[in-house]
Amino acid sequence: MSEHDIVAGLAGLSAEPPAELLDRIAARWVKVPGPVGELYVASTDAGVAYLRTAASVDDDARRFAAQFRDRVARPLLPGTRPPAGVLPALRGGRPGDLRFDLSAVSGFEREVLEATATIPRGQVRPYAWVAREIGNPKAVRAVGTALRRNPVPILIPCHRVVRSDGATGEYVFGADTKVRLLGGEGVDLPGLADLARQGVHYLASDTTGVVCLPTCANARRITPAHRHGYRTLGQAERAGYRPCRVCRPGAA
Amino acid sequence: MKPAAGVCNRWRDHGVLLDVMTTDETCAAADPRDRVLAALAADLDAGFAELYAAYRTVVFSTALRVSGRRADAEDLTAEAFLRAYRALAGYPPARVAGLAPRAWLLTILLNVWRNDRRTVARRPASAPLDAAPDPADPAEPVDRTAERHETGRELAGLLALLPEDQRIAVVLRHVDDLPVAEIAQVLGCPVGTAKSHISRGLSRLRELHATTASSEVPDE
Repeated sequence: MSEHDIVAGLAGLSAEPPAELLDRIAARWVKVPGPVGELYVASTDAGVAYLRTAASVDDDARRFAAQFRDRVARPLLPGTRPPAGVLPALRGGRPGDLRFDLSAVSGFEREVLEATATIPRGQVRPYAWVAREIGNPKAVRAVGTALRRNPVPILIPCHRVVRSDGATGEYVFGADTKVRLLGGEGVDLPGLADLARQGVHYLASDTTGVVCLPTCANARRITPAHRHGYRTLGQAERAGYRPCRVCRPGAA
Repeated sequence: MKPAAGVCNRWRDHGVLLDVMTTDETCAAADPRDRVLAALAADLDAGFAELYAAYRTVVFSTALRVSGRRADAEDLTAEAFLRAYRALAGYPPARVAGLAPRAWLLTILLNVWRNDRRTVARRPASAPLDAAPDPADPAEPVDRTAERHETGRELAGLLALLPEDQRIAVVLRHVDDLPVAEIAQVLGCPVGTAKSHISRGLSRLRELHATTASSEVPDE
């Protein structure tokens, strides 16, 4: 082979990357309808990575991109359609099988988000409940910090984590938005605040012998005649009730 | 906006490139620098899409022919563009405006590759090199395609036998068609050194071909 043949052969070795390689580099954003107005959602090939309400970014795609860049540090390009599962998850208020890209999230934050993702629509749990669920009962304040950094609020329902004193607490999109979201899911916030004022944080049923968190589906079924309120789980247990296996009021 | 031909003249001003420079028209077509930089200045994310579209082939071809493995080339290309984006996000506008994006991207790519190889060297040997032939061009007669493939496959394999500097220089010059001054910039060496890497690499390829031509190149 002459030098000319070699040079010609080398020139033929240029190659195009596969078309899907760009999606391993860049994320895609779309705007979708949500429970508190429109939402900007960014996803990578690993799953949903970031969500913001249109209101929180002044409905400006470039502000959304700038926030995404600060948090996830990936290029963000316009997408054509929402990733599979996002719209049903928003309508149903549960993440289901939706995949998330939590690569910009620490291990502790990920545990907090995974526990939070299990809270059913229409129910709330105290920050201390999340701390117990992840086996770190003293980390109540750190749970609050982790939830404020939730990259995918609404889809991972950090709005369902509230203070034990009956107040709804802080929210990444503001306390008002948290109240609107919970109201939209049918959570009786005034009722919860009333119970908290009376010092009631647990509800027990004398027909089933089970004690629940007040918004648990099992607690809402208790008729007033059979309902007993307790300030602490210990008091309820001493009165002979066992903790509900669904809402795990004393999850260790 | 400066005409792209000005970029060629800048290289020509070094006075060493007349032998390797193609015409201004092909250079203008080959270097979309000004358009990419304008897009990056206007919007980092939209500009990144332009950057990727303009340079994905040169970055991927370099990654493929230097690493010799298609899967590695995809990883290296993705990592290089991601690092480029993160760097751009932190650069002040003046630094972006002064960028030579192709040489800059290739420098990032080769750094990623070298770091990667250092890590891989600590692990046991992995799969053999791919010959990675190009897909057939339907317009080409079958025997020409077969012949071209044979040459391409063989050369792709032989490149792996070159010393690192020669391999990179030959790929940048003859696969990517970069001017020598830009190759020197990517390698961080004087132009004369880059030229010598290229010519030594080519002679070595010819020798390797001559010694393997009689024996056989294993097909897979």
